[in-house]
Amino acid sequence: MIYLDNSATAPLKKEVLDSMMPYLTGGYGNASSIYEIGRKSRAAIEEARKTIAERIGALPGEIYFTAGGSESDNWAIKGVMARSAKTHIISSAIEHHAVLHTLQFMEKKGYKVTYLPVDSDGKISLSDLENAITEETGLITIMTANNEIGTIEPIEKIGEIAKKHNVLFHTDAVQAIGLMDINVKEMNIDMLSMSAHKFGGPKGIGVLYVRRGINIENLIHGGAQERTKRAGTENVASIVGMAKAIELATEDINGKTAKMAELRDKTIASILEKIPYVRLNGHKTDRLAGNINMSFQYIEGEALLLSLDMAGIAASSGSACTSGSLDPSHVLLAIGLPHEIAHGSLRLSMSENTTEEEMEKTVSALCGIVDRLRQMSPLWEEVNK
Amino acid sequence: MYSEKVMDHFSNPRNVGEIEDANAVGQVGNAKCGDIMKIYMKIEDNVIVDCKFKTFGCGAAIATSSMATEMVKGKTVEEALTLTNKAVMEALDGLPPAKVHCSVLAEEAITAAINDYLKRLGKEPLQKKSCDGCCGSCSAHHE
Repeated sequence: MIYLDNSATAPLKKEVLDSMMPYLTGGYGNASSIYEIGRKSRAAIEEARKTIAERIGALPGEIYFTAGGSESDNWAIKGVMARSAKTHIISSAIEHHAVLHTLQFMEKKGYKVTYLPVDSDGKISLSDLENAITEETGLITIMTANNEIGTIEPIEKIGEIAKKHNVLFHTDAVQAIGLMDINVKEMNIDMLSMSAHKFGGPKGIGVLYVRRGINIENLIHGGAQERTKRAGTENVASIVGMAKAIELATEDINGKTAKMAELRDKTIASILEKIPYVRLNGHKTDRLAGNINMSFQYIEGEALLLSLDMAGIAASSGSACTSGSLDPSHVLLAIGLPHEIAHGSLRLSMSENTTEEEMEKTVSALCGIVDRLRQMSPLWEEVNK
Repeated sequence: MYSEKVMDHFSNPRNVGEIEDANAVGQVGNAKCGDIMKIYMKIEDNVIVDCKFKTFGCGAAIATSSMATEMVKGKTVEEALTLTNKAVMEALDGLPPAKVHCSVLAEEAITAAINDYLKRLGKEPLQKKSCDGCCGSCSAHHE
C-alpha cells in the first residue's frame, strides 16, 4: 500500500512504541501514588512534559496533556472565554471542525464570532484581522496550517497583532507540528493545540500549551492532575510516546521538510502536466511540505478515492460524499471553488518516508483513473463536444 | 462500507457509454450536488433492446447506474417503469444510508429516459417524483 493520508493520521513509529512499552507492561503505576511504580510514572510524565516544552519553546509548566487535538481546541476556546468578561472571538472560515463547531456552540451561548474570510490561496488578511478587533474581543483563534489545502497562515504576524491589541491568541497547530519549526514565545502564541498521532505518536493524546499567567477554566473537572487544570488519571504510556514522537518529528525539521517540499512540488508539476482540467488548491509555496490538494474537473472525489484504493493507494477528498454531509468541504468553498469543482478534490499527504517512486506510481495511477472516470462522465462528454 | 456487488459494479460497470441512435435519453441530478446520471435507450416494439449510461458521481452513483441499466435491458417500457430504487438497492446487496439517494436518482434517470421516449411519440409523460440529487431539496421518502 502507498499511504498518502498522513494528515489523517501518521503511522506509529517503532521507537515511539518502544518508549511506551514499559508503561503498558510493568510500569502501570498511577502517577498520583506515592510508592515506587507510581513515582516512576510521575517522573516519566514530567520528563515528557519537559521534552515537549523544549520542542516548541515553552516552559514545562505551560504544557497540559489532553486526549487530543479536539479536546485542546475545545478547552482553549471555552476555557479562556469562561474566565473573560469579553464576548467576541475572531477566527477564520477554514478552521478544523474542532474549532468551528466549538465556535458555533459559543454563538449559541451568546458570544459573537467573526469568521475571517480567506483569499483564493486560503490565507487570511492581516488588515481584516486588525479591523475585526473590538473592545469586546477576547480571543483570536486561527490555525497554523490548514489540514485540507495545507496553506500556512501568517502566525507570527497574527501573534504580533494580538499582542498589540492585548487579545489572547490560540492556534490549532495539529497539522503543523513536525512539519514546521514552531516557537511559541517568538511567535507570540498564547495557546497552541497539538495531537500526537499526526506526527508518529499514539492516538488519543494531545497537548494544550497555555502561556503562564493565562486564566483558563477547566474543561474536565475531577482530580488534581495537570496542576488541577485537567482531571483524569494520566495516560502515562501515551504521554511518554508523544514526547518521543515530537523529539523524532522535530529532528532536522528544516532538512526533512525541504526534501518533502521538493517531492511535493515535483508531483504537483507532474500532475498538472499530465492531466488536463486540474487545479492546485492552497498556496503554492506557503504550504505544508507534505500536502498536495488538487481538483480534477468533471469527476467526483469519492469515485477517485475508491479507484485509488483499488490500486493500493490511500488518500482523501473534500467531496460531499466523503464528508458525510451534503456539501463539499467548507475549506474548498471558502477559497472560492464552485461546488462542482470542490466535489472532485483529492488530498495526498506525504510523510518524510514517502519516496519518489511511490509518488511516480501514484501519478501514473491517477492518469488512468481520472481518464476512466471522465470517460464515464456526462460532463466530460460536453467538454469534448 | 460498500457491498461486494457495489464494488463490482463500480469497478466493472456494465453498459457504460452512449447509444448513437438512441430514441430515449434522460438526464437527472446536477453537478453542484455531485451527481448527474444520463441514460440512453434504444427502444424497439416497446422493448428496451439496449440501455447505456454516463454518470458523474460517487461510487454508489456509478454502481446504481450500472445495475439499473442491467435491470431494464430487455424489459418492456411498462416493466421498466415499475423499477424502484429499492429494487436497485436490493440487487446491489444494499447501500449505506447516505447513498440511498443514488438509487433514487437511478430510478429517476430510467423514468426520465422513458418520458423522453413517450414525448417523442407524442404521448403524455409520466408524473413521478423527481430527484435532483440534493437531499433536503425534496420531501420524497427514500425506501
